[in-house]
Amino acid sequence: MSTANTAATTTADKATAGKQTAGKATAGKSTTRARGSRSPLASVGLHATLVVASVIAVFPVLWIVLTSLKPAKHAITTDFVKEPTLGNYTYLLEQSHFLSWFANSVLVAGVTTVLGVFIAATTGYAVSRFKFPGMRPLMWTLLITQMFPMAILIVPLYNLMGDLGLLNQPLGLIITYLTIAVPFCAWMMKGFFDTIPVEIDESGRVDGLNPFGTFWRLILPLAKPGLAVTGFYAFITAWGEVAYASAFMVGEENLTLAGGLQTFVTQYTSNWGAMSAASVLIAIPAAIFFVFAQRHLVAGMTAGATKG
Amino acid sequence: MAADTSQSVAKAAGDDVENDVAARGRSRRTDSDPTDRGGKGASGLRRALATHWYAWAMVAPVVLVLGVIIGWPLVRGIYLSLTDANERNVSRTIGVRHIEATYEFVGLDNYVAVLGDPVFLQRLVWTVMWTVACVSITFTLGLALANMLNRDFRGRAAYRMALILPWAVPGFVSVFAWRFLFNRDNGILNKILDGGGIAAIPWLDDPTWAKFSVVAVNVWLGVPFMMVALLGGLQSIPGELYEAAEMDGASAWQRFRHITLPGLRAVSMTVILLSTIWTFNMFPVIFLLTRGGPGDSTEILVTQAFREAFVSSPRDFAGSATWGVLILALLMIFALVYRRSLRKQGEVW
Repeated sequence: MSTANTAATTTADKATAGKQTAGKATAGKSTTRARGSRSPLASVGLHATLVVASVIAVFPVLWIVLTSLKPAKHAITTDFVKEPTLGNYTYLLEQSHFLSWFANSVLVAGVTTVLGVFIAATTGYAVSRFKFPGMRPLMWTLLITQMFPMAILIVPLYNLMGDLGLLNQPLGLIITYLTIAVPFCAWMMKGFFDTIPVEIDESGRVDGLNPFGTFWRLILPLAKPGLAVTGFYAFITAWGEVAYASAFMVGEENLTLAGGLQTFVTQYTSNWGAMSAASVLIAIPAAIFFVFAQRHLVAGMTAGATKG
Repeated sequence: MAADTSQSVAKAAGDDVENDVAARGRSRRTDSDPTDRGGKGASGLRRALATHWYAWAMVAPVVLVLGVIIGWPLVRGIYLSLTDANERNVSRTIGVRHIEATYEFVGLDNYVAVLGDPVFLQRLVWTVMWTVACVSITFTLGLALANMLNRDFRGRAAYRMALILPWAVPGFVSVFAWRFLFNRDNGILNKILDGGGIAAIPWLDDPTWAKFSVVAVNVWLGVPFMMVALLGGLQSIPGELYEAAEMDGASAWQRFRHITLPGLRAVSMTVILLSTIWTFNMFPVIFLLTRGGPGDSTEILVTQAFREAFVSSPRDFAGSATWGVLILALLMIFALVYRRSLRKQGEVW
């Protein structure tokens, strides 16, 4: 009997709330139904709970999609569909700065990802394979920097970018995002390198490769999926970052998506139609990537913890 | 973004042993031991260099980046918190004219001012309430849903997909979606309530409701990660344990209490720590949903620090840096206490 089934029984009873659970507590093994199967009541309870949860999870997203298809004047109606149109999208693409925001975001997030993965890859490997003086302090530093609230770095970085003339420049934001991406990528890649057997390194050494050669020719090709997942997560983080983007970028056409979306709904205007259309266009690429990367992502993030 | 820490945090200690073994090819153990090298001076250093140069070369890019774009700003941030810097006296360039900085060192004045102000305590209390509420609710819901999904039944994949959706959409987009739903006059939530004859609820315009709303949105955003992480944990619990327990007549609750919960311990500790740090620093939800309002009722520590430097006028850089340093100090204390309490219970972390 699989784990899934067994644990399932546990929750089936929980899901149907007190009655069932209390009953079982005393009934114990005198229960007659087969393990892993459920009473109809438990089944209904389970599905009902999950349906409610799913509706709560999906509805806000669905509502935005539906709103984006309504003409602007009906944006705030409660009808699910009303005179469906792509007007909001054409408005967005033709009369707003959406495309330049999108380009800015792609540029910033893309370069951050590539640089982050590139800079951090060798460190992830070194920390995973070698024991060297300074390794523990380095690991602690990588760990602690990920706890840093943006509040501690934002002011000095803002002044620094101001001095260097990099405010309002994608480069300034890229450098800033590297403070987030590099420690994170190094940690995550260490995890992926840990899963590659050490024997492969040893065979490389036997064949006369130095550590760099081993890393470059043997390990890196094997770690490609890990690098992809790390890069993906770095990309999504940069794609969705709000605080630095709001503080460093001003002026309509310099904004990234996170800043640009804020301009549709302010104290003075609320263009919900354009806002929802923009939301859909921002979310679609992220969501598609997410679906592909999600399984690996979760495995990568919790591997050590679940083993422990 | 701190997510990846989880795994390495959890096994950092255990890994050292492995690394030691892994590194045996080139580095001899005596060289790896820092205490051993201490007394040997220059020759020891040269030998260490000969043994470890490739490892050091490999970590050099990251160390450089950390030092230049994190270390230096950090030091500068701490320094700024000891000055009276604001937008009028920092160095800046207007057109072609460059104006030198004129702010001065003021010692601990900023800390005295911030800590002496009741605002700090208000923000701290609300931040702690917000963090505890968000993390505990998110964890409970995530655990319940993970348990439900950890079983075979028709439609499981579809439910999983639906429940994970809030994680797949970029956070700031979701927050705007919620702002739309919460809209007082035109939002769908109030229209539904209206249909049921219930008066409109000022979701974001009343201090108490606004607090409720921001917590709700953050829980909505956080549940998928929690659920998926815990689901991974559940799947690693051997099924035999449940079978054995059932043979011995353990009830569903007993099995949950004595097998599931202990089995999830390691992963729970990690996700709770991560989730606490994320929530404590959760800027976008508060900033985009309420901007800290109405008034300042939903302002947490990080949004307060941001407001000091980028919203209020004149921009108070020193004040913001002070808040930043205090937030970092609080997080450090939290992490240390958490780690110590885990150690006491025999976790390796």
